[in-house]
Order: sequence, then structure tokens, then C-alpha cells
Amino acid sequence: MPEKIDQTQVKKVAKLSRLELTEEEVQQFTVQLSAILDYVEKLSELDTEGVEPLAHCLPISNVFRQDEIRESLGTEKTLANAPQRDGEFFKVPKILDDSSWA
Amino acid sequence: MDHLQYKVVVGLEIHVQLCTKSKMFCSCAVEFGQPPNSRVCPVCLGMPGVLPVMNKQALEYAVLVGLALNCEIAAFTKWDRKSYYYPDLPKNYQISQYDLPLSAGGFIEIPLESGKSKTIRIIRAHLEEDAGKNLHTAGNFSQVDLNRAGTPLLEIVTEPDMNTAAEVRALAVELQRMVRYLGVSEADMQKGHMRFEPNVNLIIAKDGIEYRTPIVEIKNLNSFRALEKSIDYEVSRQIDEFFETGKTLETGTKSTRGWDDVKEVTVLQREKEDAPDYRYFPDPDLVPVQLSKEWLEEIKSRLCELPIHKQLRFVNEYGLNDYDAGVLTADRSTAEYFEQVVAQGGDAKRACNIITQDLLKLANEKGCTVVGLRIPANHIAQLCKMVVMGVASATAATTITTIMSGSPDKPPEVIARERNLIQKSDVGELEAVVDQVLAENPKAVEDVTSGGKKSSKACGFLLGQVMQKTKGQANPKVVSEILAKKLE
Repeated sequence: MPEKIDQTQVKKVAKLSRLELTEEEVQQFTVQLSAILDYVEKLSELDTEGVEPLAHCLPISNVFRQDEIRESLGTEKTLANAPQRDGEFFKVPKILDDSSWA
Repeated sequence: MDHLQYKVVVGLEIHVQLCTKSKMFCSCAVEFGQPPNSRVCPVCLGMPGVLPVMNKQALEYAVLVGLALNCEIAAFTKWDRKSYYYPDLPKNYQISQYDLPLSAGGFIEIPLESGKSKTIRIIRAHLEEDAGKNLHTAGNFSQVDLNRAGTPLLEIVTEPDMNTAAEVRALAVELQRMVRYLGVSEADMQKGHMRFEPNVNLIIAKDGIEYRTPIVEIKNLNSFRALEKSIDYEVSRQIDEFFETGKTLETGTKSTRGWDDVKEVTVLQREKEDAPDYRYFPDPDLVPVQLSKEWLEEIKSRLCELPIHKQLRFVNEYGLNDYDAGVLTADRSTAEYFEQVVAQGGDAKRACNIITQDLLKLANEKGCTVVGLRIPANHIAQLCKMVVMGVASATAATTITTIMSGSPDKPPEVIARERNLIQKSDVGELEAVVDQVLAENPKAVEDVTSGGKKSSKACGFLLGQVMQKTKGQANPKVVSEILAKKLE
């Protein structure tokens, strides 16, 4: 049976997730992800003809909150887990391409 | 060489920040200019184990805009995750709407010069959350402030129906006026409440064949002026590029260019070889929204007369010109104030003059709206009557409004009396002054009666003398009539 996913796809998914994988890991994940996809594939045995796609697994809708302000964490707590900070800011490696916000 | 035949094609992607008190999916305050990272909680930080909960007000604001944009409002809508990795997006996905947007298939009318309008189709308008802010000014690293992360944003996408930079600007201004009327956004471009990203390309006719240039998306536009200028720049740049490289929509690539506000040029940011892979999927943390007919009707009842309709009505109902109607309807409260003045008996044209010329100037000086001057509408109505009846001159009206802005409770007649600003229109009283002036200036009288070149100048001189003697309080119209009668 052919693999559900090949190494090129694994590399692409890794890149999209900003993960750096070794060649070994690529091979390993290709096998593992294919096995997972095979498992999920069982679902397509079901006849879904005429069944509306589900937007959510719970049969509920319209869960809202009122537009009210509650206290935030504050700068110190917010930055407590930051790997690096610069004053009141999170500090991150220099962003060269600032256009990916779509 | 033949005149170059080309057509500009522009579609817009617009982000409008909704002015809710709290964020889209958590209770952090939405406030501009607060200390960095002070309006953040585990939800908008994307901590594990937290759950977002929808802000009802944000949804209703979005529906209101969808209705104003003549869109079909979806009875069933859901939330999707849009995956991308960026420091300003702590969850590594943005909560947005993909295949079931809140509203779609609408249109907006934009006013063009000389009272005409054009219809621009709206593809969709959906709700999403804003990202944080990256700052690149600190040196060899970037700073991230997440206060803005999670602010409700309405994304509006138009069809490429605009064909000039002026039309794009007109749409931007109209949309700003619309969301302000609806009270759903402050829509301040400088503060990033409204962000416009035009997609621009050209259809160039050459040797009987139509060529389409590659589409360019422009970013970093923070004023209407920049929006308009960037399109003009892009048009000439794309013409040059086409004749240099021959690249077309089919052979070239879509690119993103940033606007440089100082140099007034667009700068290449990146070329998109392939479409970004956002891997949308339904957000399991959020349940769908079902909008019942009753709820939709209730939201519909909050719609107000849209600015472009109000402007048109002001022209038809009050006989104002299109420009003045545009100035009056730029701000909803000012437009409503004008109508209150008219309802209290103020002449529409006088009221328009006083508001657009005197009150708006005073309001700008004070940094408030016309209504913020706190002058009761009936006082302005009285002032209009005084001007129409000749009790106050237009100049006196300006002086009176200035005083009113300092003491808003004082009626205009009281101010006029206190400051000797009552215009003298009594024929008998003015005749005496005219007679005196005529006696004192026989040379000018002769110039007028003998006719010829000097006549009108001398007449003006005599009028000026009467005004001087009455300390500017004589009604010039009445004086002119007396002069004409006496000198015929």
C-alpha cells in the first residue's frame, strides 16, 4: 500500500509549522503520519451522502459574553514567561519581512 | 505615438477596528496608547487550556455594518483558525471566518464629484481578531506589544470595481463616515482603526490586444492622502514596468509593496510565488452563531439614515449645494444639529452658512464637534432669523457665534444688544445719516450723478462713509437703496 504522505509533504508541513527536522526525523514522521492517516481513513468507509458538514461537535450555538472589561494580567505577569524581554516588550529576533500579517 | 490606452483596476481589502470596550474573545480592555503588554490575559496570550468566548457587542456591530453594506447576513456562521506563524500572533493562528462569513454579496454607494455616485460591490465582510504590534526601531531585534491582539476587526473585501485613485479615496471616506454614523468604530486611520490594502493592476491596450499587469497589493497606508497617492504612483510604475519587462498577470507574479510616506513611492516587500497556505479549519473552541430573524430585525432597527442618503436629502429637501451638504453630513451629530436648527425655525441656507463657516471653525479651534460647543440649537435658529430679518449682519453673526461659544447659554439677541451689534435698518434714521454724508462729500456726489467710470467707485465710497458714521451698524442693503434713490 502506498504511503499516505511523502517526505516532500512532511518537509512542507514542517516548514509551515516552523519546525526544523533532521533527515532521520523526516523519514520517521513520514511513516508515523502515514499510519495516522491510514487510521483516520477508516472514517471514509462511512456513507456521508446527504449529510451536512458539521461546524462543531457540540449541538449548541450562540455562547456569548457581554462587552465588559475585566482586569488584565498587567505587564509584569504578562512578561513573566517570556524567554526574552526588552523593557515592557517581548523581545524577538529581528523581523525582516513584516508583511505576512494578512 | 498614439495616446496610451489603459484602465486602472482596484479592489480593496479593508480592516475596521470595532469600538467595543473589551476584546473579541476575552475581557481585556481595548484601549489605544496604554503601556505595552498591559491589556493582555491568558486568552489573548494564547496560553494552553484557555477558552475564548465571543463578545456579543462585536458580533452585533459587525452585523450592523453588513446590513449598511447591503449584504446578505448569514443565518448560520462559524469560526475558523487561520494558521500562520508570526510573533504578533501568540496562538500561531488567527480566529477568523473562512467559508461561512457573517455577511456577503453587498454593495456600497460612493459619492463622486458633481453629485454623482457609483456602486462598488462588496464580496464579503467577516469578523476576526486583530494581531499585536511589532516594533522594529530598537536595534538588532524586534519588540512585540500584544495589547492589540484580540481586538475585534471587521474585514471587508470589495470587488475590483474602482477605476481611479479618486474613487478609492471616495470609498474610504464614505466607509469611514458610515461606520462612524453607525457608532461601531472610531475609524481613525492614524491610529490604525481603519486599514486599507488596495490590490491594483492595469488593463493596457496595445496593438489591439488587452494586457493585464500583475496585481500589486499595497500596504502601510495610514492616511487618505497616502491611499490616493500610492495608487497614482503604482499606475505609472506599472505602465513603466510593463513596457520594460512585458510581464503580465499570466507571466508575472503577484507582489506586495509597502508605501514609503516620505519618498512617496511603493517599495517591493515580497513576491508571492504561490498562494500562502493558511490551513483553515473550524475552531473547536468556539461554537457557531445562529442569527434568528427576530434578532436580525432587532439589530436592523438600530440602523440610521446612511450619510450618503442624508447628503442627498439635504440637497433635495433644503436646497443646499452638494459640497455644503457633504460638509454638514461628514459627522452625524453635526448633521442632526443642523436639522434641529432648521426644525426650530432657522432658515436652512443661513443655518448651513453659520454651521459650516462659523461653528465648524470654532469647534476645530476647541478640538470638539459642533455639538460639543454646547450652543443650544434654538439659539442658532434665532440667530438665523436675525440675519434673515436684517437685525444682524453676516459679520455680526460671526462675532455673535464666537461669543456664544464662550457663553453658550446667552441668547443671540442679548449678545447683539450688549455688543451693539444690532444692525440699523430704520429708513428714517439712516436717511438722516445719508443726507449728512451727501452734504459733506459734494465731489463724490457729483461723480455719481454725472455717471461714467468714477460713478460706481464714488457710490461705494459714500456707502463706506455711512457705514463708518454708524460704526458698521447700518444695514448696507437699506443704505444702498436710500443712496440710489437720492442720487438718481
